[in-house]
Amino acid sequence: MSIDTERRIEAATSLLLSGNEAVARGAVEAGVLVAVGYPGTPSTEILESIANRQDMYVRWSPNEKVAFDVALGASLGGVRALVTMKHVGLNVAADTFMTAAYTGVGAGLVILVADDPGMHSSQNEQDTRAYARMGFVPLLEPSDSSEAKEFTMLAFDISEEFDIPVLVRTTTRVSHNRGVVKIGARLERPVKGFVSDPAKYVMIPGYARGRRPVLLERIEALTAYVEASSLTVESGSGGDIGVVTASVAHQYVREVLPDARILKLGMTYPLPIERIRAFADSVDRLFVVEELDPHMENDIRLGGIAVEGRAFFPQIGELNPDIVRKGFAEAGILPFAPPESDPAPPTVVRPAIMCPGCSHASPFLALKRLGAVVTGDIGCYTLAALPPLSAMDTCLAMGSSIGMAIGMAASGGADGPVVAAIGDSTFVHGGIPGLSDAVYSQANITVLILDNGTVAMTGGQEHPGTGVTLQGSDTTPLDVVALCKALGVRDVRVVDPYDMAAMYSALESSIAYVGPSVVITNRPCVVSPIKIRDKPYQVIDEACTACQACMTLGCPSIIWSEETFEGRRKVVIDPVTCTGCTVCAQLCPPLAIVPVPDWEGSTDV
Amino acid sequence: MSETTSGLLLAGVGGQGVLLASMIVADALVRAGHDVKQSEVHGMAQRGGSVFGHIRWGSRVDSPLVPLGSAEVLAAFEWAEAIRWVPYVRDGGAVVADIRMIVPPGACSDRRSWSMPYPGIDAEVFASRGLKTRLVDASAIATELGNVRAANNVVLGSLAAFLDIDVVHWEAAIEQFVPRGTEEVNLAAFRAGREASEAQIPLPTVEPEGFSGPHEIDIRHDWCKGCDICSRICPEYCLAVNGDGVLTVTNAEACTGCRLCVLLCPDFAITIHPPQEPATVPVHAVQGGASR
Ligand SMILES: Cc1ncc(C[n+]2csc(CCOP(=O)(O)OP(=O)(O)O)c2C)c(N)n1
Repeated sequence: MSIDTERRIEAATSLLLSGNEAVARGAVEAGVLVAVGYPGTPSTEILESIANRQDMYVRWSPNEKVAFDVALGASLGGVRALVTMKHVGLNVAADTFMTAAYTGVGAGLVILVADDPGMHSSQNEQDTRAYARMGFVPLLEPSDSSEAKEFTMLAFDISEEFDIPVLVRTTTRVSHNRGVVKIGARLERPVKGFVSDPAKYVMIPGYARGRRPVLLERIEALTAYVEASSLTVESGSGGDIGVVTASVAHQYVREVLPDARILKLGMTYPLPIERIRAFADSVDRLFVVEELDPHMENDIRLGGIAVEGRAFFPQIGELNPDIVRKGFAEAGILPFAPPESDPAPPTVVRPAIMCPGCSHASPFLALKRLGAVVTGDIGCYTLAALPPLSAMDTCLAMGSSIGMAIGMAASGGADGPVVAAIGDSTFVHGGIPGLSDAVYSQANITVLILDNGTVAMTGGQEHPGTGVTLQGSDTTPLDVVALCKALGVRDVRVVDPYDMAAMYSALESSIAYVGPSVVITNRPCVVSPIKIRDKPYQVIDEACTACQACMTLGCPSIIWSEETFEGRRKVVIDPVTCTGCTVCAQLCPPLAIVPVPDWEGSTDV
Repeated sequence: MSETTSGLLLAGVGGQGVLLASMIVADALVRAGHDVKQSEVHGMAQRGGSVFGHIRWGSRVDSPLVPLGSAEVLAAFEWAEAIRWVPYVRDGGAVVADIRMIVPPGACSDRRSWSMPYPGIDAEVFASRGLKTRLVDASAIATELGNVRAANNVVLGSLAAFLDIDVVHWEAAIEQFVPRGTEEVNLAAFRAGREASEAQIPLPTVEPEGFSGPHEIDIRHDWCKGCDICSRICPEYCLAVNGDGVLTVTNAEACTGCRLCVLLCPDFAITIHPPQEPATVPVHAVQGGASR
């Protein structure tokens, strides 16, 4: 799709782009040469949409910290650089981020961080604006696709003018919304070249002390800049209330109060506090509408300006027009609360689930049987925490599974063998130091590396283990087995997760091994990079005893039929979605699950 | 001006192509000269979960999200999803729904009543709210045209009947976004969807009677040697051999009476007794089953 997007963009003067595509287009037009990141919803499609550009270096890094380092290095080398990540990625990159604010940049450096209010696809709901304040780094917040492009371009100019990295913060509703964007030409910029300057770039204490005052001076200069900037836009003329807002919340306010006086901020750190003061003086009541934490509200109040916000608009989850309308109704600004629409009639609950044939199912079935305490990690396999597998006990941050397993084993408090379960990309991202500690501490744990050859959860990206880069070139793949051995793990097994018995005995033996052991599963993801379809299976109705052994896998291709056996439901397999992985057939005690005879290939075109 | 902004919702199940369909609709609206915003959620939800797209258009669009009770049309690619999102449709609006049923595995988990909480197909759920409805059997139509994957464009064809967009814009948008080489079948699907007649609604299925309680697991300890075969096979994790090598019932509530333990026990040490009482509240055939 990225190639098509690029073709569409080059052919058009304006077209519908997602916020992510618009950020990428902004980077292209701003003359960015190096764009790096680590996948994470809702930021992933930014780099994907420019992956095929031959005039740019576009790469997935192993994690956000490395990505930030690469981008900073490129910036010092004198080319404009973009680094992208989701909100929690900035935690990983925070070490570089905080000190990069001291060193400043060579050419422009922009950090695109995508927040996820409502936690559609995230483990927490942190608000990136807190990082801007902590790092004294300016932060821009586009409110739609058109601004996503403009603000990204402007961020590079600000970065160069003030010699500081610039944060651009989107949210899910900016990243994954499409809106009309005007297309411009790419700015070709010469490479400025690296200028060695140890007092600026070598942050030993003596030099860092020199940079700290520079940092504070820059934020003062930026405050003066934003006071005069056209990033702050006043609109509306009606009524005696005023609303300060930013990001997509601005769109909701306009929707709900089309004529109200609005001060829309494009830069929300530092705030144009004097502009806000003048605006406040011209209205009777001042409101702030912002998603997540009350950053603007607190700053405005600190500035000695009376303001209302959190009292009417929630701090938890996303806003939407209905919530904003309700808040203004409660504040007495709108005469009525929104009409309650009749609730939906009862329907089936539909949480995210593993795909048919997913190679992550059988290892967790085995772990449940083995009574393991499973410290989990983040990826598609985290879905094993839900019924019917219900075989994961923890999931926090990428790579945490291994360290937590070491601690769990050290506590002596686990009532079963301790197993850390981690995906291949997550292992490369943050699991390797943990495994090193498992060896160093000789922890009695088993690490299950679920190697499906892709970053499946975020849509199937490349990583160092896949041997392919984002731009499609072949490279040396990371050898996970050799790496584990080199770290000092003696008991390393590779197993086919489609062989249920082998899967079970590999885990059983590794758990029995005293000391750190590693089990690596080796089946690729069934969806990406290649959609895998083998001969589908079917249930012989007369042979099914409705024991539900196959249902313990949670495979979406297997559901109950209308037939019963002794009052229990028998099962059927959907031949269109069945991938032919064979695991259910191996689990079936009466051998009622068999290949569909005379299958003529896939119906899935 | 937001007074003239219209909205619609597309809904389906992760993997059905809701996002692609949203792009087609949004693109057709842009071609028809509107300002358009389209909102979608990627990521986790795409793994077989409930997926939706909001589309708003007009001379100038602010919020990308459709407020509750304001959509002109809801187009759903799956039956249960049509029901989920209906509160977004305005009074007098319309629902276009594929009668395709995708039963999630979680709906097959009540091993006492053995009923599936999947809503039966019934146009009344929308008609009773005063909505215009159009139920289509998109998969059947697309299969007839030679590619079941074109089903979404059948639904878009039916949706087009409720929107004032010139057909040329729809067709250009479809050609723009469907995979290369499938333009013809997808355009045919779209055209078939415009003319599609009301779907034949499948009859509700008969549900099993269900049980009043768990089956009872009866272990003859003097015959059991603690070999562990039964506990390894039990699909409900009802049995375990404890540290002293003694077989114990660890999850009595969950026994469904499948008797795998009984059949596999080499020592005939296990007997299963059905629940004493028959089901007191019979489960009725109110819900359409998962006929495939
Ligand atoms: C710090 C951080 N960065 C990125 C993400 C987004 N994310 C969620 S899971 C995942 C990786 C999953 O890949 P892998 O471990 O290979 O497991 P798979 O999904 O392929 O099973 C990523 C990048 C995140 N949650 N946290």
